Parts: sequence; C-alpha cells; structure tokens
Amino acid sequence: MSELPSEVQSWIGQVRYEEETEFDVERGYIFTTCSSVQNGNPLFWDDQVAQELTGGPIAPPTMLSVWFRPHHWAPGRTKPLQPLQVHFDLKEKLDLPEAIMTDNEIVFAEPVRPGDRLRTRQILRSVSDPKTTKLGKGRFWVIEVEYLNQRDELVGRESYTGFGYRRSEA
Amino acid sequence: MSAERHMLTIDQVKAGDVVPAFTVDVSATTVVLGALASRDWRPMHHDKDFAVQRNGVKDIFLNTPAQAAWFERYITDWTGPAGRLGRMKFRMKDSVFAGDRMVFRGVVEKVETDATGCSWVDVALSLKVGEKLVTSCAARVAIPANASDNPWKRRGENWKP
Repeated sequence: MSELPSEVQSWIGQVRYEEETEFDVERGYIFTTCSSVQNGNPLFWDDQVAQELTGGPIAPPTMLSVWFRPHHWAPGRTKPLQPLQVHFDLKEKLDLPEAIMTDNEIVFAEPVRPGDRLRTRQILRSVSDPKTTKLGKGRFWVIEVEYLNQRDELVGRESYTGFGYRRSEA
Repeated sequence: MSAERHMLTIDQVKAGDVVPAFTVDVSATTVVLGALASRDWRPMHHDKDFAVQRNGVKDIFLNTPAQAAWFERYITDWTGPAGRLGRMKFRMKDSVFAGDRMVFRGVVEKVETDATGCSWVDVALSLKVGEKLVTSCAARVAIPANASDNPWKRRGENWKP
C-alpha cells in the first residue's frame, strides 16, 4: 500500500464530478431545517427582515451541502448515488473498506436563495502516505468541493479531510 | 412591522468574552429531524438496530450537517440576524446519541476589522456531552461595525472570510 496508484495520483488537482442539484433551492427545506434545530432567526422566517438585511429570503449558510444530497430513490436509478463520490472512489481504488471524516471546513460566499440552481465540483487536493492510527492502517485525504450558483458566483467552498483505513487485526 | 431586533455590534465584543452556554436534550426525534432536514438517508441516523448492530454504537446519532445547523443557530442566537457566518471548521471526535444532553459553549478568540472595513469575530466553540468533548468548531463571523452597518451587503472583493 506504500505507492500511490498512478490513477489516483492523476486525480489530484483535477475537477471531478461536476454536478447540478436535483432540484431548485426551495423554502420548504429551509423551514424544515430551521425547525429541526429550533432556529428562530427572523432572517429565515420574516420576509421583512430578510428584505432589509439580505434583499430577500436566503437559506441558512450551513445548508450548503444539503442541496446536493441525492434523492434516496429516483425513477430509473438502480443504486443510490453517493454525495461525495471522490471519497468513495478513493476507498475503492486504495482498497480501504472503512472511512471516516475527521475535519470539515466551510467557507461561505454569496448567499443561497430560493430558486437558485446550484452546481458543485469535487477536487482531490491531497492523499497522504500510509499512516497507522488506532482505527487501523490507511491514508488521509483532502477533498475540496466548490459550490456555484446559476450565475457562476461562488456560494461556498468546503474542505473534507477523510481517513480511509483497513481495521487493525484484533 | 418586525419587532426590534437583537444586534451585536463589534464595539460590544472583545477577546475572552464568553458566549452564553446553550443546552439541548437530544431525543431520537432530534436526530431523525436533523437527518431528514439535511437529506441524509443513512440508516445510522434513523435506525437504532442498524446503529447498534452494524456500527457497534449505543444508539442513532446526529449527522454532521445537523451539528453544523445547531452550531449556526447557537452563533446567530448570540449575534442576531445581522451576524453573517464567514467560515466554520469542525473537528468531530465522538458522536451525539439520542438520549444525550449536549452543551454548546463559546469563547471569543479575536476581534478584528479587515482591510475592506468588515468587522470579524473569531469564536472557539465546543459541543460537549457531560465532560466529553464531542466536536470542536472554529467559527469566523462578521458582525456590524455599528447600528447602520450590514455585513450581508458585502459582495465580491468586499467579502473575504
């Protein structure tokens, strides 16, 4: 496992899985999300406050990844889609059956608004040399996800650090 | 007309200030609400049998986007709606399970105004269950310089989180 496969090496820095959301940003999900954490911020509930502060309704910034999570089922789909496919590609290509996310950093840019149609693209930034942790032996990797709206404005950028591993023998 | 809003301005904040603690009793419903609101259909967030038997944990647990939503709520409860999140960085060390009591705490680490005139507060946040640190979060949030300022109006080169 010491040598990084050339195919994986070639992914580093390349844009992969440029995708659109399966539906437009909509207000029902914004209310559902605020309700789920009892977030009474008037920016999301009071149209007048939203108009004064942000020029109209927006989504809570931390909902960024929500818009890209695929439906659990859709017509013609034979298996569930994965929301962060590069992560799963790495597990498969590096033969690391288990994986966890250890760090997640989100930078928020333009607000996301109801009616927006967002795009995303995944970029593998790095893969570490083999490491041994209490979980097992594997590699750390960093995947960056860019989020853009229909006007090609950046609405956010997210960075995930994952650790793919094979469990230690008991 | 909207009621008068709470608005934290930069002159009201200094390094070392403590954000009032916030406690949530997490039920199975809390976990499921968070998972479904964030479109996370994975069974460990709604199926206790799966969580126990396949993941080897004691119960269903909060997913990451739900934790992010709780942190956002905690921050903007403090700043008021004019507070605009610029950046959040999480480190997840453990899980929050149904039946846990989670406690959010925060301390202001830095207050600064950038070259564009935007006022920033860096806050070190924690989510604990009992004495156990479950998630740490570093947040950078823009708040108004004064009552007439509005970070949400910033765009392009004037927004540098």
